[in-house]
Amino acid sequence: MSTLSVRNVNKRFGGLKALDNVNLEVEAGTVHAIIGPNGAGKSTLLNCFIGRLEPDSGSVTFDGQSLLGMAPHEINQAGVSRVFQTPEIFGDLSLIDNVMIPSFARRDGAFKINAWAAIRRNGPMAEKAMSMLCDVGLDAKADETAAHLSRGDKRRLELAMCLVQDPKLLLLDEPTAGMARADTNNTIDLMKRIAERGVTMVVIEHDMHVVFSLAEKISVLAQGAVIAEDTPENIKGNPKVQEAYLGGAHL
Amino acid sequence: MHPTSITKKDLLLFAVFTAAVLAGPIILKPIGAGYPDLLQKFAIYGIFALGFNILFGLTGYLSFGHAAFLGVGSYTAVWTFKLLSMNPVPAIIFATLMGGLFSALIGYVSLRRSGIYFSILTLAFAQMCYNMAYSVLTPITNGETGLQLAQSDPRALDVAFGRDYGAVLPSSDLFGLEMTGYPGFYFCAVMLIICFYITLRIFRSPFGMMLRAVKSNQNRLNYTGVNTRPYALTAFIISGMFAGLAGGLLAVTDPLAGAERMQWTASGEVVLMTILGGAGTLLGPVIGAGAIKYFENIFSAFNKGILNNIFDFLPDFLQQVAVSVSSMFVGEGWHLTLGALFMVIVIFLPGGLMEGVSRISNLLSRRRSDGGSGGTPHPEPAE
Amino acid sequence: MDAILLQILNGLDKGGAYALIALGLTIIFGTLGVVNFAHGALFMLGAFCAVAVKAVLNIQMVTIDPTKTTPWGAPMEIRQPYVEVWFGDFGTTLLDFSVPVSILLAIPIMLIIGIAMERGLIRYFYKRPHAEQILVTFGLAIVLQEIVKSYFGANPIPQPAPDVANGMIDFGILVGFEAGNVVYPAWRFIYFLFSTAVIAAVFAFLQFTTFGMVVRAGMADRETVGLLGIDIDRRFTIVFGMAAVVAGLAGTMYTPILSPDYHMGMDFLVLSFVVVVVGGMGSLGGAVAAGFLLGILQSFASMNEVKAILPGIDQIIIYLIAVVVLLVRPRGLMGRKGVMEH
Repeated sequence: MSTLSVRNVNKRFGGLKALDNVNLEVEAGTVHAIIGPNGAGKSTLLNCFIGRLEPDSGSVTFDGQSLLGMAPHEINQAGVSRVFQTPEIFGDLSLIDNVMIPSFARRDGAFKINAWAAIRRNGPMAEKAMSMLCDVGLDAKADETAAHLSRGDKRRLELAMCLVQDPKLLLLDEPTAGMARADTNNTIDLMKRIAERGVTMVVIEHDMHVVFSLAEKISVLAQGAVIAEDTPENIKGNPKVQEAYLGGAHL
Repeated sequence: MHPTSITKKDLLLFAVFTAAVLAGPIILKPIGAGYPDLLQKFAIYGIFALGFNILFGLTGYLSFGHAAFLGVGSYTAVWTFKLLSMNPVPAIIFATLMGGLFSALIGYVSLRRSGIYFSILTLAFAQMCYNMAYSVLTPITNGETGLQLAQSDPRALDVAFGRDYGAVLPSSDLFGLEMTGYPGFYFCAVMLIICFYITLRIFRSPFGMMLRAVKSNQNRLNYTGVNTRPYALTAFIISGMFAGLAGGLLAVTDPLAGAERMQWTASGEVVLMTILGGAGTLLGPVIGAGAIKYFENIFSAFNKGILNNIFDFLPDFLQQVAVSVSSMFVGEGWHLTLGALFMVIVIFLPGGLMEGVSRISNLLSRRRSDGGSGGTPHPEPAE
Repeated sequence: MDAILLQILNGLDKGGAYALIALGLTIIFGTLGVVNFAHGALFMLGAFCAVAVKAVLNIQMVTIDPTKTTPWGAPMEIRQPYVEVWFGDFGTTLLDFSVPVSILLAIPIMLIIGIAMERGLIRYFYKRPHAEQILVTFGLAIVLQEIVKSYFGANPIPQPAPDVANGMIDFGILVGFEAGNVVYPAWRFIYFLFSTAVIAAVFAFLQFTTFGMVVRAGMADRETVGLLGIDIDRRFTIVFGMAAVVAGLAGTMYTPILSPDYHMGMDFLVLSFVVVVVGGMGSLGGAVAAGFLLGILQSFASMNEVKAILPGIDQIIIYLIAVVVLLVRPRGLMGRKGVMEH
């Protein structure tokens, strides 16, 4: 059964064909990586999933429901969370608040005037947020202001903000870009743990180490078209992929 | 679901605030502000600023049109006096509702844009209300003269309950208690305390957290599954209702409503009150409102004669210079002081007085814990 | 037909003033990224340059004519402006032309004020949030207008146009209508021509000089221009000074149409902001077009025939249009994507 289904998606920017008849099936509970050289259309494709861009034609459905034309918050409420390339967090709020906000959003929906209840530091919502921060290793900094975190920590915080919502589908745009090796390995471990819980993930990534340690399936984009979709082992050996993406060099 | 209530610390804060407001006439006597007319203004503009802060302090949307809601509140209250009753309760209820209605309309349109577009839109709407109050709406607003009570007003409810004010022009009264002087102040003070409690609850609630998130990163909030616009609109309406209530109370203490209450300078004033005290803090706006109204009162009362006395110790020539320079800032020139204060606060202390206080207390506590392990205590948000 | 022509003419002078202020706002916003709430105050200061020049030219020499007495028996005082005493007929002409002559003073004064404002205040706010920019310039606007009020008083001070321009021009005859149907005050037409000339000069400057090219590049992409190693700071100062001069001249020449008072700036500022919003933030052409468009629409709305159907429409038409434009075309008539999206 496929969770996210992308059929015949096309997108043009002026004369440039950014997405050329893209088809993609992401199966529930799997980690699906999208790789490809710069400018292959990876981010464009991701933006079509979350309502930032509207494809010229084609369909994007999640659990049988079309995501096209939905507002960002509706897509999230449908169970899709996204980690951005540059971390999008609530910079002037504390880490614990950063994680509690998505938690409330999941509990209360897109809009609810919940003005008379007090947020308690030891209530169930705070506990849940705290355990999430623990998961990503930021529990010691729970009361710090998010803007002061290092770039790697910000990414981990954003991941925690997405995970606390128990998303059905998690979209990650280069989750380890700009991270030191040790940080990258930590993040890989974290994502493996997330995958074990059965969260479906779509990862855009440059780092082949990350891709091959995580992905169960890989789609290769080149010039807006999917040129291969297979298991990591088969992708490694696929001459077409090596030609287009790796310039003939072996992995 | 766990029953939730406010913490002991907040309860203490509320208790102290309540006590301070009720004891206002005594506390403020030493600085010469212990008389009812001024105290009423403190309370009323405190409500205005508290409401403005829910919008600007929490969501970051800078409205330049909130005076419009103040004016609408005043007109509504005076009309309620004229048509229904001189009792202040229906007047402020209608004023609050009308403030809410207007802010819902204006907010709905203005909130389609953010940032400076929003500021300009609200400014434009307020100017539109102001212009209309002076022109087309004269039958409702009585134009430049301002809306006043008249002996011949119908006052349907009063008549129904057999109250007759006779041949004198009535003033607002709560079941016989005239809303001037101290009773007027205590009526406003109770309203201020209620509003403060509401604000406190909002600040500590998930709703308040969402509003802060709107200010912090709207994009992230959208992708977190939150529809940000209704949150901002709700904050806008709440602040509009506070403004309407404040306008209504102005009419309760002095049953007169004029269009000048809706001018952009009045909108600017509430912005200044809020940032002077500290936008986003609980107490700041009330303190800012009090400070502005207090200094307005003092500065406007100064004249050349008083200044001459003050600078009497200087040699003649210097006295003249000092008097002519300082006279620009007092009396009629109070607005110059206001503008200069505006600039000084924004330039040097954008966090307002509350930030100044917390900066100083941080400095002190750091000095006290000098030599301790480097970990300085995390600064508590100023409230 | 002639009524329509008359209303279009009526809207041109006001439209010209809106366009000039909006142009400066747009340039400052586009290059410096600053929202200048004190721009209306610059317009007002320009207007008071004319007031000051007239006051100076009008300083009078008082002589006593011992041969004559007033009807009350006091010796007759003869007052005559020094310029007339010194320069004779030329002095009289100078006095008559005090408003256009004021331009000579307004240009350097406004340039100095603009540069002082940018160096002394605005430049510290480039990196600060828009809300703080708005607040600090708003405070500055209050300070400037209160200073003017404390020197010149609160009442409007009428400034006559030169005698030659006090008459009416009959445009009806020019286009073949009957005489007397479309008459229009000459000075207002002069103002329209003047504003067009200033607008043309600004556009020519931006289009044909390297300096202007850098400014336009800066409006399109500020960061890149900064990376090119061009000394942005000094250019910002000059751009701000230029915008101040444009706003100031708009004010100086407007004085015969509207007697200047200390709060005229804020009234025009609010409308000019609306013009910028309608035209599209960051679009120079949009600012000019919207300025004239709104000026003309406002004059149509103040026709009695229109007011009879929609009372009060003249007071709110501009705001209504702004609301409709923002709802239908959120970026304004000619706005570009990405400008002021946050």
